[in-house]
Amino acid sequence: MSLLEIRNLQVTFGGLDALSNLDFSIEEGEIVSVIGPNGAGKTTFFNTISGMIPPTSGEIIFNGESVLGLDPNQITEMGIARTFQNVRLFPNMTVLENVMVSQHCRTSQLLMGALFQTKAFKQEEKEIRERSIEILGFFGTRLIGYRLDQPAFALSYANRRRLEIARAMATQPRLLLLDEPVAGMNPIETAELTGLISRLRDEWGFTIVIIEHDMKVVRDVSDRVVVLDHGVPIAQGAYDEVSTNPDVIEAYLGRPVEAKS
Amino acid sequence: MMTVALGSRKLFDQNWKRILFWGGICALSQVFICLVGLPSELNRRILIESTLSLGYLFILWIPLVFGYIVSKMVELEGIENPKPGAADLLSGALTGLIGSLGLVLLMLGIENLDMRDPLINWNPKLFRLLTFENSIAFGSLVWIPVGVGLGTFGAFLHQISAQIRKMITYATFGLFSFAILEDVIDDLSEGFRLEWLNDLIYAKKGGMTVTSTIIIAVLLALLPLLVRGKLKTKVATYRSDVTPEGKRRNSIILFSTIAVLVIVLPWFLGGIVNELLANVGLFLLLALGLNIVVGLAGLLDLGYVAFFAVGGYTTAVFTSPNSPWFSPETHFGISLLVVVVMATLAGLLIGAPVIRMRGDYLAIVTLGFGEIIRLLFLSDWLKPYLGGSQGITNIPAIDLGPWEVRGADPRSVFYMVLAFCVIAIYISWRLQGSRLGRAWMAIREDESVAEVMGINTVNSKLMAFVVGAVLASFSGAVLAAKVGSVFPKSFEILVSIIILVVVIVGGMGSITGVMVGSLVLIGILGGPRQPGLLQEFQNYKLLIYGALLVFMMLKRPEGLVPTARRTRELHQEEYLQDAWLGDDETEETKEVGEKL
Repeated sequence: MSLLEIRNLQVTFGGLDALSNLDFSIEEGEIVSVIGPNGAGKTTFFNTISGMIPPTSGEIIFNGESVLGLDPNQITEMGIARTFQNVRLFPNMTVLENVMVSQHCRTSQLLMGALFQTKAFKQEEKEIRERSIEILGFFGTRLIGYRLDQPAFALSYANRRRLEIARAMATQPRLLLLDEPVAGMNPIETAELTGLISRLRDEWGFTIVIIEHDMKVVRDVSDRVVVLDHGVPIAQGAYDEVSTNPDVIEAYLGRPVEAKS
Repeated sequence: MMTVALGSRKLFDQNWKRILFWGGICALSQVFICLVGLPSELNRRILIESTLSLGYLFILWIPLVFGYIVSKMVELEGIENPKPGAADLLSGALTGLIGSLGLVLLMLGIENLDMRDPLINWNPKLFRLLTFENSIAFGSLVWIPVGVGLGTFGAFLHQISAQIRKMITYATFGLFSFAILEDVIDDLSEGFRLEWLNDLIYAKKGGMTVTSTIIIAVLLALLPLLVRGKLKTKVATYRSDVTPEGKRRNSIILFSTIAVLVIVLPWFLGGIVNELLANVGLFLLLALGLNIVVGLAGLLDLGYVAFFAVGGYTTAVFTSPNSPWFSPETHFGISLLVVVVMATLAGLLIGAPVIRMRGDYLAIVTLGFGEIIRLLFLSDWLKPYLGGSQGITNIPAIDLGPWEVRGADPRSVFYMVLAFCVIAIYISWRLQGSRLGRAWMAIREDESVAEVMGINTVNSKLMAFVVGAVLASFSGAVLAAKVGSVFPKSFEILVSIIILVVVIVGGMGSITGVMVGSLVLIGILGGPRQPGLLQEFQNYKLLIYGALLVFMMLKRPEGLVPTARRTRELHQEEYLQDAWLGDDETEETKEVGEKL
């Protein structure tokens, strides 16, 4: 059974098909890249899976259960986490708090625990904290130490992207959706993050879907590439197959002018 | 003298536009204050025996302040400003003059035009006040030199040494406090058996005696000379030397001192001050609840008074023998349990439909619900059950074994309220740092992202609503027992607004801020129906509230005692600037450098 199965997915915004006839599945442990020119529907695809946009028709099945009609937080609880293309951290919360808060759906203490400072409450707080620091430690020393208590808005651009990934990791997902994780990073940072994405699968056991424009990253990390254009999947397969596919080249570069006969 | 003359502007080298602008505003403010009725109304309140009344003071401070403003130099680094000199004094004087001309025009206007219809204070009373019960010519002859003099003095304040300026400030504000707090000092001195001191300071008919004014002014002026920055250096050395352990110990000492003071002090205070403290406590309790809803969870609830009403009415129904329909006459303790249940239900009932809205929509819908609840209590439909506009009276005092909490004994009410406030503070403090508190924070920051990060936003927001509702209902319950009756009138929309102002002015999300906010606003200015320290301002309370709110939004939007987080949020630019100046970025570049 595939981890994520998408059947005949269609998303329409007032007559415009943002996604149509999308049909594919993602296996456990894969890294799949979704590429396509601007406006191809990549982010809409993520928004639909994570429950922020309801699909017009079709079916999304995660781990054998349909996610249609569920609230975003329920979908996150089922094990799908995402990052955002335009970084959307909680800017005034500290780095540590950003990661702590996203363990919400994996923890349970409510009012009474906090008011009476029960043993269970203290234990859980301690675990949340430790797990957060462990996750932040995945990115080396960049997000720990004195940065733990800095507000997220004070971070550099690359660090914000890293923190977003850390925050998604903290929800303990099975499927991680990364929306342009290296956008705005310099080549060194990009190379480093490319390595980390593979480690995310190998060490943390996440299945990863990644939207990316940087073809070098796509080539290096992905097992499989799906190409969208105008909401329609036009090709999928290994990077080398896709990158030489004439339809894909056309979608990116346009059709060459035909010589007049 | 030579140096000043050399460096300063020529006497008539003035920025006339600026003088006209500020002078005009000065005149307008004076006329406005007169027409609002502050001087006539407050003329009876004598500050200094047979010399100055609060009414006149309200006109007099204006030229002083505008003289100060108009002669203030914009200090730019790297640009040499002309030295302050006679020219600046002249601009101050001119500003004061224009201001006084405004008053002269007002007098002429009152004599020759009848505008009483729209402006109720356009009347002979104001005229008599402005002319000192004499002719316009006499009035002008007094006001013009006074305005010029005060304007000049305002400008002069820039030209004296900081030390003397400090002395003048201390003396002025000290005297003002002494004069205005007469009732309270009276009350206090009675509590401490120091009536003789009171008789020494104040005249029999009210106001300070001239002698005591002069003596106190001199003493107050000497105060900064004695202290002379010693306190500041001490605080600075303390800040730099203190260890975390010492800090902890000191804060424990500070905390216990305050606790002991709060518990012991009411025994030395008279009825007026205790009553005041009890009111402050009641509103603090409300503000702490609203602080959870608005400050922590970011839900702008404008119908908060509804929960206050639910608490009051539940207590009334369950304890009063006069409850028209159902009157079990239970003990306050049992009714309190019912209050908690009812408040929770009300929170869920109002919360459930409202909670899916965001921002402005939520504010407006809660506003509506607040009014609906009040109108329900007022309605004929519920009159057989809740008494309609007559409310429910005869609510018994709270019987606590050896003690009794009743309105006639404000001290007992204060202790009761204090107990509830301590509970509310504990709840706010614990929740802030818990899983739920973090969820609220995230919702406040970005609700849709919070939802994608796995937070059940509906439940978390409902929880905030309910906790806030329960705290408000406690306040309502104590209020009902204190006053002995509940009426729909006590639960007007104004209560919601004033509590919101308390939270905003104090500092959203900050427990200390909310405490300071309610002390300052409710304690000094007074609540919606409760007089504060400055009872004279009862009728102008809302005017002052509004002015204060505008001033705070412009000058200190984070509130009086903000949380670090909120200050950071509202001053991101400065924070980033500081971070940039620190060693933050160098480390990053080093890392990159090593890799290259």
